[in-house]
Amino acid sequence: MAMMYSKKVMEHMESPKNVGSIENADGVGKVGNPVCGDVMSMFIKVENGIITDIKFKTYGCGAAIATSSMMTEMVKGKTIGEAEKITKDQLAKELDGLPNIKLHCSVLAVDALHKAIADYKGKHK
Amino acid sequence: MKRIYLDNAATTKPRSEVIEAMLPYQTEKYGNPSSLHSMGREAAEAMEESRATIAKHLGSKPEEIYFVASGTEANNTVLKGVAFQKKKGHIITQTTEHDCVINATKWLGSQGFDITFLDVDDKGVVHEDTLREAMRDDTILVSIMAANNEIGTIQAINRLGAIAHEGKALFHTDAVQAFGKMPLSLENIDFLSASAHKLYGPRGVGFLFKRDGVWITPLLHGGGHERGLRSSTENVAGIVGFAKATELAFAEMGSEAAREIALRDSLIKGVLEIKDSWLNGHPTNRLPNNANFGFRFIEGEGLVLRLDLKGIEASTGSACSSKNLRPSHVLTSMGLKAEDAHGSLRLTLGRESTKADMDYVLEMLPGVVESLRAMSPLTE
Ligand SMILES: Cc1ncc(COP(=O)(O)O)c(C=O)c1O
Ligand code: FES
Repeated sequence: MAMMYSKKVMEHMESPKNVGSIENADGVGKVGNPVCGDVMSMFIKVENGIITDIKFKTYGCGAAIATSSMMTEMVKGKTIGEAEKITKDQLAKELDGLPNIKLHCSVLAVDALHKAIADYKGKHK
Repeated sequence: MKRIYLDNAATTKPRSEVIEAMLPYQTEKYGNPSSLHSMGREAAEAMEESRATIAKHLGSKPEEIYFVASGTEANNTVLKGVAFQKKKGHIITQTTEHDCVINATKWLGSQGFDITFLDVDDKGVVHEDTLREAMRDDTILVSIMAANNEIGTIQAINRLGAIAHEGKALFHTDAVQAFGKMPLSLENIDFLSASAHKLYGPRGVGFLFKRDGVWITPLLHGGGHERGLRSSTENVAGIVGFAKATELAFAEMGSEAAREIALRDSLIKGVLEIKDSWLNGHPTNRLPNNANFGFRFIEGEGLVLRLDLKGIEASTGSACSSKNLRPSHVLTSMGLKAEDAHGSLRLTLGRESTKADMDYVLEMLPGVVESLRAMSPLTE
């Protein structure tokens, strides 16, 4: 099918930012994409309510890789509260848009981050 | 950057000889073959010569060749044409057919026809016994492709046709991938579909072979072109190009197939050295130009995009790159689990493929697979 990815998506696809995992992460979120069977993990390091480091691993399509990479870039240095407010539409906008059929992939990055934050909050009550 | 095109099952680069042969019929010789004046007659002559050329190579009579606009149209014409003609009955096809056969057949199922999709084995082969067991007294049509577009697996169409003919059924084969790449016999075949753009011809032209004496209901009613089977003013330039492409493909078939098999087998050998990889389809009984691999822990769309960044043009059966977000029905029909179909890569060679291209793929692919695995949460 015609898969029109923006230049930005292809840039993130070529050299994604913040790939990997964090040992002793303060929060970890792993989610699966029920639509196509893909998997994403996010790892965060938090200091004084600020996300100081974030890494991801993704088993998924170009859009899933690009949105996770974009998410880590947007989140780094933000407070938990600010990070939680990032929506899938913002991610898509920052990437100069995603093909319609790929919009569900951007949900993965949001869900994985929310899960990592919930994990952090659970540990630091 | 040098581009290495390894997606020849999707479409091929039209040959310069083909474009040259077509050009006059798009410029000064633009007559309608139905016109009585000399330009019309000239177009009609070019079209009939083209029909004779194709018939000669296929081994049919010229009047058994009907030009259509695509492989999709040829397949739809047979499936629906036989169904409309017979009005009721049982139709047999199999699970790894091209979407146009699968979806046309399913639609006929919704219109009251009984449909059977035969299973294939783990190499994608339809067994003769499987067909024999499925045959019924009211089976009107059996449709089995000559060679598969994704995995290249070749079916024993002449023997399967014989089984169809033991009953009252007609036999159709979708030879869109096979025509011009391997010898085909019309023994026990009533219908055969082909498409020009898979053999270095233009897009938007195909043909249907229909055995003399068999009649089917046309899909398009109109001025009665193509002996009433396919009304529409003919695509003369496309037809001339198809004939040229056919002539060249048949002249080179033996040597080109041997050349591509040698290249492909060296590619397969090299790729399978990558850990956790495998070959999809049959090891030997496959189209000369087809290689289809699986890689564990990674997803095929990412693989294709990253190869593209290295100048290699390929395709995948991954769920992520499909319109319906389901993995390739061909791969899952062979028993592959969804996640194993997810990491598939199809490389299809062509007449311009070289040893240097294979070497370049073997140089790049291991690193690309490795980098995606490093990114995958499944390898932990
Ligand atoms: C096996 C097979 N059948 C049918 C088709 C459809 O042919 P066309 O693209 O000419 O409609 C294709 C190609 O896409 C094919 O590979
Ligand atoms: S993650 Fe599968 S389609 Fe995007």
